Amino acid sequence: MDDGIHIEGLSKRYGAGDTAVDALKDVNMRIAPGEVVGLVGPSGSGKTTLLKCLGAVIEPTRGRMTLGSEVIYDSEQGGWKTPDLRALRRDRIGFVFQAPYLIPFLDVTDNVALLPMLAGRTNSASRARALELLQALDVAHRAGAQPSELSGGEQQRVSIARALANQPPVILADEPTAPLDSERALAVVRILNQMASQYQTAIIVVTHDEKIIPTFKRIYHIRDGRTVEEAGEGREIS
Amino acid sequence: MISLAGRDILHSWGKFVLTGVGLGLLIGATLTMAGVYRGMVDDARVLLTNSGADIWVVQKDTQGPYAESSSIRDDVYRGLLGMPGVAQAANVTYLTMQVRHGARESRTMVVGFEQGQPGEPGYLVAGRRLLRGHFEAIADVKTGFKLGERIRIRRHDYEVVGLTRRMVSSGGDPMVFIPLKDAQEAQFLKDNDAIIADRARTEANPALNRPGVPGLLDAVTASQTINHSVNAVLVKVGAGDTAANVAQEIRRWKHVQAYTREQMEEILIEKLVATSAKQIGMFLAILTVVSAAIVAFIIYTMTLGKIREIAVLKLIGTRNRTIAGMILQQALGLGLIGFIVGKISATLWAPAFPKYVLLETADAMRALAIVMVVCALASTLAIRAALKVDPATAIGG
Repeated sequence: MDDGIHIEGLSKRYGAGDTAVDALKDVNMRIAPGEVVGLVGPSGSGKTTLLKCLGAVIEPTRGRMTLGSEVIYDSEQGGWKTPDLRALRRDRIGFVFQAPYLIPFLDVTDNVALLPMLAGRTNSASRARALELLQALDVAHRAGAQPSELSGGEQQRVSIARALANQPPVILADEPTAPLDSERALAVVRILNQMASQYQTAIIVVTHDEKIIPTFKRIYHIRDGRTVEEAGEGREIS
Repeated sequence: MISLAGRDILHSWGKFVLTGVGLGLLIGATLTMAGVYRGMVDDARVLLTNSGADIWVVQKDTQGPYAESSSIRDDVYRGLLGMPGVAQAANVTYLTMQVRHGARESRTMVVGFEQGQPGEPGYLVAGRRLLRGHFEAIADVKTGFKLGERIRIRRHDYEVVGLTRRMVSSGGDPMVFIPLKDAQEAQFLKDNDAIIADRARTEANPALNRPGVPGLLDAVTASQTINHSVNAVLVKVGAGDTAANVAQEIRRWKHVQAYTREQMEEILIEKLVATSAKQIGMFLAILTVVSAAIVAFIIYTMTLGKIREIAVLKLIGTRNRTIAGMILQQALGLGLIGFIVGKISATLWAPAFPKYVLLETADAMRALAIVMVVCALASTLAIRAALKVDPATAIGG
């Protein structure tokens, strides 16, 4: 597989000596472009650590990560392949958080357009891209609104649009449905599936949410820092 | 790239403007303090200019009528008039006292002068010059006296016949001008009881009351009641002569001290106003530190309130310098609002001050530069806090 995300033998150890804690132990994952997988596990199992490693926020202790066709981390070849992790996050990884965390002083369009602007695109091109995504996510009618004027579901759709703004090959979604009721939670998952399919983005959804777990076709269970892959129900969302 | 700082300011403009107004009032107070100092210096210069003198002749080994007590005989001017380079010479007296007006009292400097000579107020804003030899006065408008009003100086009532402006002492007390003879009497006149007691003492002194010398006692008594002292002689130098040369000649040949305009200005500004200037300087320093602390606190608090947003911004790839720039621009914006509010406030409330407040454009420009530097420095604490934010905090867990 040339695209998507591929993780091999990823480990993360905090501390050293007797107090060392292995948060991740030899994790292996492979997510294809356009695929949405669930990452589930109890608290303290290593989900967040895995997300932070994938998000280039913390450095793994060992292993190899490939994004698209490019190796971004290889512990045997000096670690991160690029010194500019900020640019890596900006251009190649999208983030969707538990709370939308939209920038409160930017309107909806500029919240989405900010990423392309940070990547060096012109304001007009960035805003055109933002409007295109807001259209796709059915929130274009709130383009000029402030984040505080949106409902929870609308805010989450805007945050998904922001994650897609620079067309990253992978999106990391951290409990994206936690604050939503069943109907809205399923709507968000449906949108993630649509976007994954439409933009050929690999999406990893970290979740505890029992309502949405049956919708994944593939699930990675993580327990004590190790992942186990299993087939999901892949239930259709009406 | 959009201006993150600008958007944030527009988003919470109410909070921002209110904070700026608070800071502005503090800056206004700072500008006013500087204006008070400038006003004191300007008052001193105006005092010298309006006296119309080129040289101040005062008691030997004293620093003149504005800085120290000075007393010279009122016939010294005659000798001065005979000296080369002296065009005019006139006696003046200065006496700071309470002038009564009905039930009210005003603290003023009473100036005794000779009509048409140096020491006379340079211009009037209302009324006329003194025409009678006694009991008429010209008052500075800051005294609050009106034309035609009667004011009481010591034992006598004086009618205010003219009003002048910007005539204040080095201490900021407004001046009241009266004829020289009246001023001499007011300055040196004793009360009736003291005069009677003095006469009795003189009469009881056998050296002054000799039976064989009939006119002696009267002569001594008369000399005790008539005053022939003034505080200074103001000299106007003739065309073609320099004040420095004439002053040097006066010092050389007369047993008096003579100061030129430059020397008198130095005494007034560098000696009389110096302590006040240091006092105001201390206030300015404290106000600057307080302003810096307020800006630092506000910007720091505002930044702490955005920690999660800053973490998200860093996570999605915003450069540190963009975030630092956002905070710096907000601090500078706050300083700019504060400066504008401060300048307007100071301009509005300056005329209400009892002393002259001179707000100079150059001071305002300096203040703007200082405010901007202080705001920039004050923002460093917040910038440091923002740069320490770990983007990982945007991800749960």
